[in-house]
Amino acid sequence: MTDRANLVPIGGIRTPVEGRHHLLSVLVENRAGVLARVALLFSRRGYNIYSLAVAPTDDERFSRLTMVVDVETATLEQITKQLHKLINVIKISEVDPNQAVEYECMLATVTAEGHNRAKVMELVELYDGEIVDVGVDLLTLMFALPPGRLDDVEAFLAEFGLVELQRTGRIALGKLPKPVRRTKRGKVS
Amino acid sequence: MKLTGAQALIKSLEMQGVETIFGLPGGAILPVYDPLLDSPIRHILVRHEQGAGHAAEGYAQATGRPGVAMVTSGPAATNIVTAIADAYVDSIPIVVITGQVATSAIGSDAFQETDTTGITMSITKHNWLVTSASEIPRVVAEAFHVATTGRPGPVLIDFPKDVANQTMEWYWPKRLDLPGYQPTTKGHPKMIEQAAAIIAGAERPVIYAGGGAMRAGVGGEVLELAERTGIPVVTTLMARGIIPDSHPLALGMPGMHGSYTAVTAVQRADLLITLGARFDDRVTGKVDGFAPMAKVIHIDVDPAEVGKVRRADIPIVGDLRSVLPELIRRLPTTPRDIAPWIEEIRGWQQRYPLSYKASESGRPIKPQYVVERISAAADAETILVSGVGQHQMWASQYFKFERPNGWINSGGLGTMGFAVPAAIGAKVGRPGSTVWAVDGDGCFQMTAQELVTASAEGIPIKVAILNNGYLGMVRQWQEMFYDERYSEVYLSPDLPDYVKWVEAMGGVGFRVEEESEVDPVIEKANQIFDRPVVIDFRVDTFEKVYPMVPAGSTNDEIVLPPHQQGER
Repeated sequence: MTDRANLVPIGGIRTPVEGRHHLLSVLVENRAGVLARVALLFSRRGYNIYSLAVAPTDDERFSRLTMVVDVETATLEQITKQLHKLINVIKISEVDPNQAVEYECMLATVTAEGHNRAKVMELVELYDGEIVDVGVDLLTLMFALPPGRLDDVEAFLAEFGLVELQRTGRIALGKLPKPVRRTKRGKVS
Repeated sequence: MKLTGAQALIKSLEMQGVETIFGLPGGAILPVYDPLLDSPIRHILVRHEQGAGHAAEGYAQATGRPGVAMVTSGPAATNIVTAIADAYVDSIPIVVITGQVATSAIGSDAFQETDTTGITMSITKHNWLVTSASEIPRVVAEAFHVATTGRPGPVLIDFPKDVANQTMEWYWPKRLDLPGYQPTTKGHPKMIEQAAAIIAGAERPVIYAGGGAMRAGVGGEVLELAERTGIPVVTTLMARGIIPDSHPLALGMPGMHGSYTAVTAVQRADLLITLGARFDDRVTGKVDGFAPMAKVIHIDVDPAEVGKVRRADIPIVGDLRSVLPELIRRLPTTPRDIAPWIEEIRGWQQRYPLSYKASESGRPIKPQYVVERISAAADAETILVSGVGQHQMWASQYFKFERPNGWINSGGLGTMGFAVPAAIGAKVGRPGSTVWAVDGDGCFQMTAQELVTASAEGIPIKVAILNNGYLGMVRQWQEMFYDERYSEVYLSPDLPDYVKWVEAMGGVGFRVEEESEVDPVIEKANQIFDRPVVIDFRVDTFEKVYPMVPAGSTNDEIVLPPHQQGER
């Protein structure tokens, strides 16, 4: 059984610090080696990536990288300017978390023996998760939630005893414009 | 028309107007060397792939056209990496073609296989691995476009052997599809207007011109800006000659070994008009103390340079070719009177000119004297090339640069061994110009084999080795900052015997030990037109490069040469 304290951070990555992390949505050409170019740029310039999600878009010529970057070592402006210099990078937008829908997926295996089992199952229900694999004393759960709520779930799960945990990194899209509600007098409220 | 991949590559290069390739064949690139026999392109066979890269750089800088180098896979590709990195830092447009093992063998650790695109990803503007012969014309057209537009730089095309042997239907792309590459050329009109206004109001302005101005070829515009406003100009190591050194507004080089006047004018300035310069650490010294009173106008074609090191008060992203005329057009007709500032500058020039103590009779030749004499004997079209170290600084300080593109050296990367191959490239590009390389004895030993190339191909370059028997710049630092504990810097002036070595390589060798022989031997060298010439100048070992701003200090802490120190 592994508890949270024994989990080894990958590459010394720390949890996001408020105000220092930014969410970038980067549209790139869907060509061999593009991810390597982006990753190399970050390591070469000493920038930190906190999380990264990559997938093709609806247009097969392009892929979208959604990355949370740490601006401890360089300004966000410098990071985006350097990214823009990559020939395969087409568009970079900073996503304001207040103006975006952000989601992240997590798989977690937790100990669920005896009376714990019911508590775990209750948690799954509360957070709209799913039990995706069942063992004798263990359960593997899946949650897809906004990153903040996922952090809460992670903290709860640690109480039960985490065996393994994998998060995907965030994906995000800008919020849609809403129709404007009109009052009876025809004025915009 | 059906062509093989190899034929398509050569034809694509011809379509790009390539006249010269510097290269060395080998297994993976073999198929491409066959159609080369039927092409009008001249191929210059170098003796080491690094030489091909530096020669392409020298060619590009001397002509303003991209240089091309072609080598095979594996060790050949890794050998040319240094030159690619050099071209990247100094923004030199070169196109490097490397052979690669067959696509089916990529990833299998095949003979002479390296991950060339992976290795060069962070030192090229972009690189391509060609996977099918039908891509060739498109990739070549894209490569030349990317290398030469925006901020210029090196690109690499990795070319697998089986692709060279495929057949393809020939075409030439009518337009390029590079959605992620659209360099900004036009500066923001509002910003240019603000720049003009701030220039009009400045009391102690300085134009800080860098290598970007040289690449953009805006010597005329820089001169016009200076003359219209009366604002003095400092020219970085990469911009020496952008305005003539003899011009009254030319203050010389700023930075670690800059002239006292250039360094101090920048320190005291209330406005820096930055033209294609990037606030390199060798210019700024300690950044916090650099030009502390100055507002900064920063004009650069690369957005990432603006604000990278020093915050710009007026950032202008754009091509100097378009921005400078716009800026000049918006200047007020009568410039502000900055006579008191100019007077202050004249005072520094008079009190602390660049100078060295002349050699006393019977004592070794001063290296600065050799540079001065080469300069005095040089005609207006002469191109000066240098390696990296003390000799490079003396060449930059004491040669009189009167035109743009007459000075070629390794600035940002500081690549020892740059001079000989770069001089070869420059001479090939500009056969009508005399090309002198001022080199150090340490540098010369790194790439001297290219003199064989020069002899074989009839490229009559001239090399002046400032031979002090040491890795001189390192020796200088050990003397000044490591209590004269000299560690692994002694080379010996006599080993190798440079004259014999040069003769063995098919060139003419001279040795000069007396000051009185300096002029006559330079004259003799200038009269040799069929072979490379190397002069082994035995110079004073103890001479140091001054002025000097010690590393980590601010530019206010500039150290003058000993004979000027009492006067401060």
